[in-house]
Amino acid sequence: MRVNFTVNGRPQEADDVWEGESLLYVLRERLGLPGAKNACEQGECGSCTVRLDGVPVCSCLVAAGQVEGREVVTVEGLAEYARQRDAGCRSGSCGTSLDEAQRWAAHGTDSQTGEGTQLSPVQQAFIDAGAVQCGFCTPGLLVAADEMLERNPTPTDEDIREALSGNLCRCTGYETIMNAVRLAAARQSEAV
Amino acid sequence: MDFLRPGSWEEALAAKAEHPTAVPIAGGTDVMVEINFDHRRPEYLLDLNRIGDLYAWEVGEDSVRLGASVPYTKIMEHLRAELPGLALASHTVASPQIRNRGGVGGNLGTASPAGDAHPALLAAGAEVEAESVRGSRRIPIDDFYTGVKRNALAADELIRAVHIKKADGPQQFSKVGTRNAMVIAVCAFGLALHPSSRTVRTGIGSAAPTPVRARTAEEFLNAALEEGGFWDNGKIITPSVAKEFAQLCAAACNPIDDVRGTADYRRHAVGIMARRTLTWTWESYRGTAAHTEGVA
Amino acid sequence: MAGTNAPLGTPTKVTQGSQTKGGIGESTLRPDGTLKVTGEFAYSSDMWHEDMLWGQILRAPVAHAEIVSIDTSEALAQAGVYAVMTYDDLPTDVRHYGLEFPDTPVLAHGRVRHHGEPVAIVAADHPETARRAAAKIKVEYRELPVITDELTATAPNAPLIHEDRTDHYAGHVEHPNILHRQPIIRGDVEEARHRADFIVTGEYTFGMQDQAFLGPESGLAVPAEDGGVDLYIATQWLHADLRQIAPVLGLPEEKVRMTLSGVGGAFGGREDLSMQIHACLLALRTGKPVKIVYNRFESFFGHVHRHPAKLFYEHGATKDGKLTHLKARIVLDGGAYASTSAAVVGNAASLGAGPYVIDNVDIEALALYTNNPPCGAMRGFGAVQACFAYEAQMDKLADKVGMDRVEFRRLNAMEQGTIMPTGQPVDSPAPVAELLRRVKAMPLPPERQWESSEGADVRQLPGGLSNTTHGEGVVRGVGYAVGIKNVGFSEGFDDYSTARVRMEVVGGEPVVTVHTAMAEVGQGGVTVHAQIARTELGVTQVTIQPADTQVGSAGSTSASRQTYVTGGAVKNACELVRERVLEIGRRKFGTYHPAWATAELLLEGGKVVTDAGEVLADLADVLEDEAVEVEEEWRHRPTEPFDRHTGQGFGHVQYSFAAHRAVVEVDTELGLVKVIELACAQDVGKALNPLSVVGQIQGGTTQGLGMAVMEEILVDPKTAKVRNPSFTDYLIPTILDTPTMPVDVLELADAHAPYGLRGAGEAPTLSSTPAVLAAIRKATGLELNRTPVRPEHLTGT
Repeated sequence: MRVNFTVNGRPQEADDVWEGESLLYVLRERLGLPGAKNACEQGECGSCTVRLDGVPVCSCLVAAGQVEGREVVTVEGLAEYARQRDAGCRSGSCGTSLDEAQRWAAHGTDSQTGEGTQLSPVQQAFIDAGAVQCGFCTPGLLVAADEMLERNPTPTDEDIREALSGNLCRCTGYETIMNAVRLAAARQSEAV
Repeated sequence: MDFLRPGSWEEALAAKAEHPTAVPIAGGTDVMVEINFDHRRPEYLLDLNRIGDLYAWEVGEDSVRLGASVPYTKIMEHLRAELPGLALASHTVASPQIRNRGGVGGNLGTASPAGDAHPALLAAGAEVEAESVRGSRRIPIDDFYTGVKRNALAADELIRAVHIKKADGPQQFSKVGTRNAMVIAVCAFGLALHPSSRTVRTGIGSAAPTPVRARTAEEFLNAALEEGGFWDNGKIITPSVAKEFAQLCAAACNPIDDVRGTADYRRHAVGIMARRTLTWTWESYRGTAAHTEGVA
Repeated sequence: MAGTNAPLGTPTKVTQGSQTKGGIGESTLRPDGTLKVTGEFAYSSDMWHEDMLWGQILRAPVAHAEIVSIDTSEALAQAGVYAVMTYDDLPTDVRHYGLEFPDTPVLAHGRVRHHGEPVAIVAADHPETARRAAAKIKVEYRELPVITDELTATAPNAPLIHEDRTDHYAGHVEHPNILHRQPIIRGDVEEARHRADFIVTGEYTFGMQDQAFLGPESGLAVPAEDGGVDLYIATQWLHADLRQIAPVLGLPEEKVRMTLSGVGGAFGGREDLSMQIHACLLALRTGKPVKIVYNRFESFFGHVHRHPAKLFYEHGATKDGKLTHLKARIVLDGGAYASTSAAVVGNAASLGAGPYVIDNVDIEALALYTNNPPCGAMRGFGAVQACFAYEAQMDKLADKVGMDRVEFRRLNAMEQGTIMPTGQPVDSPAPVAELLRRVKAMPLPPERQWESSEGADVRQLPGGLSNTTHGEGVVRGVGYAVGIKNVGFSEGFDDYSTARVRMEVVGGEPVVTVHTAMAEVGQGGVTVHAQIARTELGVTQVTIQPADTQVGSAGSTSASRQTYVTGGAVKNACELVRERVLEIGRRKFGTYHPAWATAELLLEGGKVVTDAGEVLADLADVLEDEAVEVEEEWRHRPTEPFDRHTGQGFGHVQYSFAAHRAVVEVDTELGLVKVIELACAQDVGKALNPLSVVGQIQGGTTQGLGMAVMEEILVDPKTAKVRNPSFTDYLIPTILDTPTMPVDVLELADAHAPYGLRGAGEAPTLSSTPAVLAAIRKATGLELNRTPVRPEHLTGT
């Protein structure tokens, strides 16, 4: 079957989709967006978390055919999504301000370190706080954490834990992830 | 495999009538696991995501008509007052991501004894609105579960909504799992006080082939509360009454040993949860809720 | 981080570049961080190639059976299927592989020995096509009786898991179903037992733990025009894979080119091969790229697990609390194939006494061959099981003697100079008593944190969101444990790493490139290598090349060894590069300034400077168009095998120590546990990257927590089949199960190690589990001789 939907603001079409394929498979294997991860494919780890019409879901449990006409945001689009939200917050529109456009252009891209890549606050905080080790849980955690901070800009520790309780991490023991989300929340509140 | 995408409820019913083996998929939280792990290869998948009606709820005079696909997150957020037991149960379902997708219709359709909604529905009292091209009917929740992962739906029927009695008194839900989040029930217990009819209702999950009520325990407690004038005098429940109620709830179980727990533990835990939820609901009924209700 | 406190050890002299920004000792950020947070980092399961096929493995549905027949015709006939292969289709006579010796068939031959053993492989144009084809392969099995424990393994007429063993352990074991046995005998236990005022015994059971790394086994094999194959893979040791893969394919090693892809965690579970050979076989057979990705179900069958164990311990002590003796027997279940079981036995035996001074020791450790899932490496590697047992014993014995449990441990704690039961002196700092003191001195978390003005916050109570208690039945307990782990490969293994370091001038700036085959599995080795290069060569710009087999072996990312050994190799190669650079400088500029000949010269800030700080030359001017490149192997000091009968020998390179304090709250009626805090103190010698060190400690601690209260692969004793191969029923801790974990890091240098560092990754996994168990025992008063504890154990149901 054919599936048309929007990913990270861009219309996408996937052809010859087997009916049993998940949104996760289509993103990873057909659209070249492997950011959402395939750790369990049973809704028990959160590594495949994407936003479907704004709502965080496990993309492994969404049948490809179910996303027809809908909007998906993956970790690859998170920085831009956050930027537009941020711009929307400040100026009431979702366009790119001249200032922002200049800042964007001013950064180069270093393929080795990725320095200069535009990151959302929560992405930057994960790097700064040492919340990334193997990184396989990271994309799902970022999508979930970003959405929580959107809903709840000043979360308590228990709020953070509850919001991220669907995302398994095997490397960090979560402490640095807690630090990262606290850091992102703090930076976010300073910026307002 | 064919993927059917009905755009309306009528189209969905027609599709189900034409292909009775079609597997309905809404949140996908059960069906997609089975497909991903190659446990199931249905001939047809019947996507219900496009049917807006399934995502709506109406709060009526006595009951809430809850669309089959209303996600658990919405129940937690919007129906806490009307359906406190179900809201608590919803909060224990899997993970936030799953709660954003899954709804009560899926729990009922799968009819696993471990479904978190069942004890709350049994305790509150509910009817399942099932429909086919032949017509619509309401199946009392007590008659809905017919066996392990079997329910009373006919092959051509779909679940449209659940009509759940609005709470007329305190309700509680408690579930044992071996992890503090994202866990399938080892066993679960729901309790609802119904002061308007001076009755209590219970629901037990994962401790019998189907979700069940502890009817003997309910009858015992109904009689004990009546006899002691508890509904009127608002006294603390006598420990011996609570103990007997707990024992009868445990006795209502017919559990098995499996990877998640032993039969003996399940019986034991249901007894403990019965006693605790009775204390919490009764204290709440007596008006001291602030000290006993869990917050999260 | 707590500071160093001095006199126990002295750091090795850092002569170079200590001022360079981003050097060792700083918490520099990961070079792969940005790629990982943007989803662009390419893990092995993300690989994609035009025209690629998907591989699928057909696995045995039973644990022990004769294969009567295999019929692949129907599968081959299916549209979209490019190849189906069984044992008979293997291209050469080398049809087995194994980390230590090759006892594992690439595909089952006439018999399957464990549930999930690979029987046939399929390549097709879509994963679903491959799955359907695999399902059409008809395999007729004749089931055989299963061996599942020591009793069935060593029964008089027990079927042999491996007939005609020729491995080097076969000759000294009492029964062919015993893979390896290692005694450790020191002093006179019989005599000491008479002097003991108190004796405690215990039988302990340790369940089967899974590494549960999140990135599933996966990779892409691309056939090359020269008849070879390029393999993109997640592994812990590229060259060990290569050594096992190439002969099966019938290719020389240089025609099997391996590149490390992104690795989604490892923890020991990627030491053994999984889909590597299968993907290569299918790629070479079909002439097309083949990708294989396990799903989580298959992953549970696709790698070895941590050995479950039965442990029998007897300790004695005098009435003033001094340990008199230890007698122990440790039975590890190795499952159907050897993997690294023999080395696990060596560890269990040699570390089985724990970090204590015990002069009279009689330990026996052995591993069985059974029909259970194969077991091998997992973080902690044989030291974990023993720690669970000896720490339970320490609590029991302290209670008997009537001493505080921590003070009892401190009284008997080993220190630098202590002789191990193997006769090996501990020749670097061993601050066991100090770690215990520190962890005990940390402030305790306040009681009843779950109470709020609005009621009980269930998220902070046992049961969490499941709303099982609002405080009823909840009892707090505090427990302590300490452990000892070896660092690096032991028992005479030639444990080395190779590093290639290049310095050149690019755009007027000196740039260093570091190339090793080290598997970055998340631990942060790539960060540390860049830090070492900055420190040693005084440049800021360092590029880490992707790991592959175009450079010599870096050994395994395991045994807490990579910072030590590959870090050591990078340091060594940098030093050689520095010498060559200075040589060039002397040649070019030596006549201009006498300091070139007389002073100690350093590379700092892209310049050659004297130790007095005088700048002699820019590196850009020294090198000009010349590049200096060195590839060199580096070894830690040698070890020797343990004596087969007495276990005596200089077996280990280095020891690593951590201590934990666990604070738990137990719902004693429901048997549910909430760990409130898990504090750790650990000596790391030198923290090259403090942020990474703390991350390792917290991560390892959490895996130990999982082992204490939830993680166990359940194997049916009647059928040897795995009962819970999924993340629905094999539970690992969520963020709501994991407490705050204060960490106190000591840096007491080991003079034998680069920068004085001490391998850090594993020790925290040891003592975490027994500390949690001790806390639960304290809360419940129960004996609890097995881990993980389940609610039924805590409620007597």
